[in-house]
Amino acid sequence: MKALSGFGRLGGVLLALVLTLLVFGIPVGPGLKLLYEGAFSDKYAWSQTWVITTPLLLCALGICVAWKAGMFNIGGEGQLIIGALFSATLAQKLISSSNTSGLWVLPLLLVGAVGGALYALFAGWLAVKRSVEPVISTILLNFIAIQALGFAVSGPLKRTDSAMPLSVSLPPSLMLPKFDKKLDTHWGVPLAFGIGLIVYVWLFHTRDGFRLRAVGQNPNAARANGIEPDRFRLKGMAISGALCGLAGAIQYLGISGQLGTSFSQQFGFLAIPVALVGALNPLAVLGSSIFFGALFASTTNLSRFAGVGSTLVPVIQGLSVFGLLAFQKFIDDRERILLSKGGQE
Amino acid sequence: MTDLGSILRYATPIALPALGESLGEKAGVINVGLEGLMLGSAFAAAMTTLKTGNPWLGLLAGALVGILIALLLGLFAITLGQDQIVVGTGINLLSLGVCGSVYERVFGKSGKLLTFAQLPTYKAGGFLGNLDLAILLLASTIAFSIWLLNKSSLGLKLRAAGEYPNAVVASGFSVQRVRYIGLVLMGLIAGLGGAYFAVGVTGSFAPGYIAGRGFVAIAMVTFGRWKPVWILLGSLLIGYADRLQLDLQAAGIKLPLQVLLALPYVLTLIVLVVLGKGVRAPAALGKAYTER
Repeated sequence: MKALSGFGRLGGVLLALVLTLLVFGIPVGPGLKLLYEGAFSDKYAWSQTWVITTPLLLCALGICVAWKAGMFNIGGEGQLIIGALFSATLAQKLISSSNTSGLWVLPLLLVGAVGGALYALFAGWLAVKRSVEPVISTILLNFIAIQALGFAVSGPLKRTDSAMPLSVSLPPSLMLPKFDKKLDTHWGVPLAFGIGLIVYVWLFHTRDGFRLRAVGQNPNAARANGIEPDRFRLKGMAISGALCGLAGAIQYLGISGQLGTSFSQQFGFLAIPVALVGALNPLAVLGSSIFFGALFASTTNLSRFAGVGSTLVPVIQGLSVFGLLAFQKFIDDRERILLSKGGQE
Repeated sequence: MTDLGSILRYATPIALPALGESLGEKAGVINVGLEGLMLGSAFAAAMTTLKTGNPWLGLLAGALVGILIALLLGLFAITLGQDQIVVGTGINLLSLGVCGSVYERVFGKSGKLLTFAQLPTYKAGGFLGNLDLAILLLASTIAFSIWLLNKSSLGLKLRAAGEYPNAVVASGFSVQRVRYIGLVLMGLIAGLGGAYFAVGVTGSFAPGYIAGRGFVAIAMVTFGRWKPVWILLGSLLIGYADRLQLDLQAAGIKLPLQVLLALPYVLTLIVLVVLGKGVRAPAALGKAYTER
């Protein structure tokens, strides 16, 4: 049944894709071909797919952990931004004191994760101590983070040699190393996949991971078994925020090398459907984030050809969510019917 | 200084969606897609007003689109019994995409500034400033909500569907149908709020301009403890901050622009932190109900 359910999800998303192409009046065959080419046709297309997959994957993993703990963290975007801001703050200090050794890349990544974790922990604290729903607080914190980014790059982090609201550019030695100088693929890509495996093992094969899921599924039963729900809610939020913050730092150290108001590309927000398509299972999320990473890489290609803008992306995602839910319902019903038949025999 | 008329004008696109949302939540359905619903309604109102030159028709179109989106939520969250938060997220994405795409198709990528006819205003002057439909919309919605929840039998059913759905079934009614009624009311009132933002506040449209008002409205429901008058008071406070932010900018007060822009969100958060403790949501909020 598991495999069928995975197939069903993919079917729902594919249906959404075809539907979107039809709605936009793009011929389905050539449209799908263009989508395919934009993501997989050559080395460049693949590198685009990988570097878009990376922040999506990390944020989606973050969402898995928080949601499994029953904390509906919608604040991936804010945590990503704060992570990048923490990283950029340290980077500015390093550059101004001429400490640009490549050894600093690791601390820069870690600081990003810490920043994201702290920001998410604030929402966790609000939920645990002040009964403020994370769905609401994390969204508000997203908007505040976006303004904080704007403030930082036009104030404290602004480079002095330009009128534009931009931070100083990182020297190449502080950037994440790349595999091929001509392509974007950086060391953050394998790092993210490695983390994906670790999160999977932690969530499904350790005692703490089990406790966290127990709290998400039934806090009262968890409490009856001596598990303190609030502790794991906070833990879930901290890990979630750390992953999103790391995504921000990787995006900064691997791709942009500088912060500006356009740094927020909504990865934290887009990761929600990615995590859901992966049914909140880190292993499946590895797959769904490649799928969506490829989708975003390819929509750029499609929009170039078909004259539709980037607004196509949320349409596809929104329809994917509904397609996924409809297929899920269909599969659940079939499973129930099959089970009840089995019971009668 | 800011007059009452403009505070009301800025509070209405928060208060109406929040009041609508509270009715849906009372019936047990949370609509996290409120932001997307407002955007859809505002867009429908903008397009209709642009075509017909009549902002009243725009208001009507916005309300209708609000109901349509509410029915979409109902289809997935009530009939199919899927997770309400997930469906709401889908609505937000879809609405952002559809409105953005249609807008790009019709007006090009340059983001041409749309302007169209606004609702008429009555110049009361002095402390009152300019009054418009806002005051009527707010007063009637508040009166309706209070009557519905406290005096009507439908309100009793709505509240039961959100607190203890089994009681609804026991008295011979359908939980799903009652929840649909709650959602349609939510869509109508929140849709009016989104449409009013287009034809009453801005007289223009841009795909990103709801700018979190839907989320702030959801926060106001929690802040107001699902009570209409408190929701209105909270929304007035946010409307005031929203308006103040513009005034301070215009007065050239030396505060960084971003601090001002973050003001309504920070204020909402503070309000939740200070007053959120001890809030009890409807017991069956967010839980799908399958009738046997």
